[in-house]
Amino acid sequence: MTDDIEIKDKAAWDAAEKVADYEHGWSSDIETDFAPKGLNEDTVRFISAKKNEPEWMLEWRLKAFAMWKTMEAPDWAKLNVPPIDYQDAYYYAAPKAKPKLNSLDEVDPEILRVYEKLGIPIAEQKLLAGVDGGEDGGLPQRRVAVDAVFDSVSVATTFRAELERAGVIFRSISEAIKEYPDLVRKYLGKIVPMHDNYFATLNCAVFSDGTFVYIPEGVRCPMELSTYFRINAENTGQFERTLIVADKGSYVSYLEGCTAPMRDENQLHAAVVELVALDDAEIKYSTVQNWYPGDAEGKGGIYNFVTKRALCQGRNSKVSWTQVETGSAVTWKYPSCVLNGENSVGEFYSVAVTNNHQQADTGTKMIHNGKGSRSTIVSKGISAGHSNNTYRGLVRVAPNAEGVRNFTQCDSLLLGSLSGAHTVPYIEVRNPSAQIEHEATTSKISDDQMFYAMARGLNAEEAVALIVNGFAKEVLQQLPMEFAVEAQKLLGISLEGSVG
Amino acid sequence: MLQIHNLHANVGDKPILKGLTLSLNAGEIHAIMGPNGAGKSTLGYVLSGRPGYEVTEGSVTFNGQDLLALEPHERAAAGLFLGFQYPVEIPGVSNVQFLREALNAQRKYRGEAPLTGGEFLKVAREQAGALGMDMDMLKRPVNVGFSGGEKKRNEMVQMGIIDPALAILDETDSGLDIDALRTVGDGINRIMRKPDKAVLLITHYQRLLDYVKPDFVHVLDGGRITRTGGAELALELERDGYKELAA
Ligand SMILES: Nc1ncnc2c1ncn2[C@@H]1O[C@H](COP(=O)(O)OP(=O)(O)O)[C@@H](O)[C@H]1O
Ligand SMILES: [Mg+2]
Repeated sequence: MTDDIEIKDKAAWDAAEKVADYEHGWSSDIETDFAPKGLNEDTVRFISAKKNEPEWMLEWRLKAFAMWKTMEAPDWAKLNVPPIDYQDAYYYAAPKAKPKLNSLDEVDPEILRVYEKLGIPIAEQKLLAGVDGGEDGGLPQRRVAVDAVFDSVSVATTFRAELERAGVIFRSISEAIKEYPDLVRKYLGKIVPMHDNYFATLNCAVFSDGTFVYIPEGVRCPMELSTYFRINAENTGQFERTLIVADKGSYVSYLEGCTAPMRDENQLHAAVVELVALDDAEIKYSTVQNWYPGDAEGKGGIYNFVTKRALCQGRNSKVSWTQVETGSAVTWKYPSCVLNGENSVGEFYSVAVTNNHQQADTGTKMIHNGKGSRSTIVSKGISAGHSNNTYRGLVRVAPNAEGVRNFTQCDSLLLGSLSGAHTVPYIEVRNPSAQIEHEATTSKISDDQMFYAMARGLNAEEAVALIVNGFAKEVLQQLPMEFAVEAQKLLGISLEGSVG
Repeated sequence: MLQIHNLHANVGDKPILKGLTLSLNAGEIHAIMGPNGAGKSTLGYVLSGRPGYEVTEGSVTFNGQDLLALEPHERAAAGLFLGFQYPVEIPGVSNVQFLREALNAQRKYRGEAPLTGGEFLKVAREQAGALGMDMDMLKRPVNVGFSGGEKKRNEMVQMGIIDPALAILDETDSGLDIDALRTVGDGINRIMRKPDKAVLLITHYQRLLDYVKPDFVHVLDGGRITRTGGAELALELERDGYKELAA
């Protein structure tokens, strides 16, 4: 098996080398520990056993698997997805590393090289530098704790000691299941129920790893927390599971960044992210997603079917989702807020770029159950090439939720004449006191703007990137600074080849 | 510096420039005057390479280079600056970001090191200050919500920061009150009146020429230069109009 894998990796490596236009399109040479191909009860047991999970966790997984077998994939999105053969994939792949890592020195150097190549600041001493560009030079240094997920296993968690002093729990979910079973059981599957949707149920059965965060009462997390996901092993679906619990009066900012190497075949990604904010707590969750979108003809690329939901359970709790989606062949993603707490606040800031043959159907749901709850939705869709970009959003106000407010702004920018932009808002208001505002615009980059920028020295691609960044500014400025800079570059990269 | 020879150009299918010939040497300021629709803006666009403006005949040499063979951004990097008659708004992009990226793109093209944020801001502050523009305005999105006069002043700040060899200024004086006109005139002299630079000043009115004294004045009419003279020609035009002249 090992030989076979190495050959596969070699072939992938060669393929990756050939296609130089995808920055992160390469595969590295790490030996992988696979679950047997295919999906059945044994696969589920294999994963659970590999992770030395307690019995309750295995039972939970098996229940989900039985449920999933009775379900069908949803087809309501404006997406054209060929049937996925769930038996033709691996459901678990762990990089062969020492079972227990106490410091970064013990991490497989090859893995560290992978992260270096991706420019990920994994080493503790490598604090992210301030970004040049403020009015008077550098910004104060910010620090980011990284939980790096390489294929299915979290290989290193940095800053753990400092976080522990603050009482913050920042673990891979596998560790948390063993170390903090009560806390995990209290919330796992409570925000996104096991039966929620086809992909979420599948995730419950076969989730491989992910992140668990707990911020205790009154604690402001001393640094940004971050997970970098990467899909590396061939034909391996990715099923991360993230659970973040912000106890009363706490605050945390969490960054999720993703890159995936070049692959010929489509790969499935079906993550579940659950957030809970108790009284007066705030969670800021930022994503920059640049998974492989497929080639210019639409071949290959990641299928991204993600369920992200936040429960604003407490009074005055707040959850803010910010996402910059530039990658994946197919994106099906609706980070949502269930606003149960009185005066709770939900925010959704999104930039979704599609180029070539990419398809994105993304948006949010704001479910207002609490009195005086408020939500803001700002969606910026950019479509180029032959791509299709749909905003789909639901604002629902429950009958006894007095004084709810929502503001929604959906802007679409079209590049060229072959791409599509669609806005599908659903508004369900059952309380007459609600104030709901919806604004939508569709525009094109004007020739005047292009020529003005070019006459000042920018080439066509730089000009497009600049104008698009301006279009997306309201969302980008929600991101932590170092993410904003990365996201700006990504917008430019993902639109390459869309002009001229 | 700039030699335009027998230039013919179409906008769409419509011939606008019909055999225009003009030479600018370093150190000279040339004014181009002419009635509405004569093709003045078209000349500026053709020289800066605007898509849709098609050269059908003739040649343009800029510092020994075939200007028409270059892309717009290459012309900018080669030292050509167009001050727009109608400056364009770019929402969400600050003037600082726009100009820093533009300037560094030009420098990169020329093989020069990029300016750091600090270096750039020093230059930007100097130029904005000299043109009486608030730094706060430079932090606002490009031309968004600027008055007509502020937009023109902003073009001059851009010119100061970019520091081009040749500036084509398309009706930079229109929409300016008398104080702003003086500031802009002073700016043109300060930035561009140098032995190694040249200016092509497109204007309708004599009044800018009170501040920026041209070495030559040309009349552009019907797509070609119909008359050339010294600064006094502008006064004559102001008095008699283009019709009189054509007769
Ligand atoms: N985009 C365009 N399409 C068609 N005709 C144009 C376009 N732009 C300018 N023109 C025409 O070209 C002629 C010259 O215009 P222009 O160069 O703007 O004149 P000026 O700047 O001297 O007033 C005018 O007749 C104008 O109507
Ligand atoms: Mg004009």
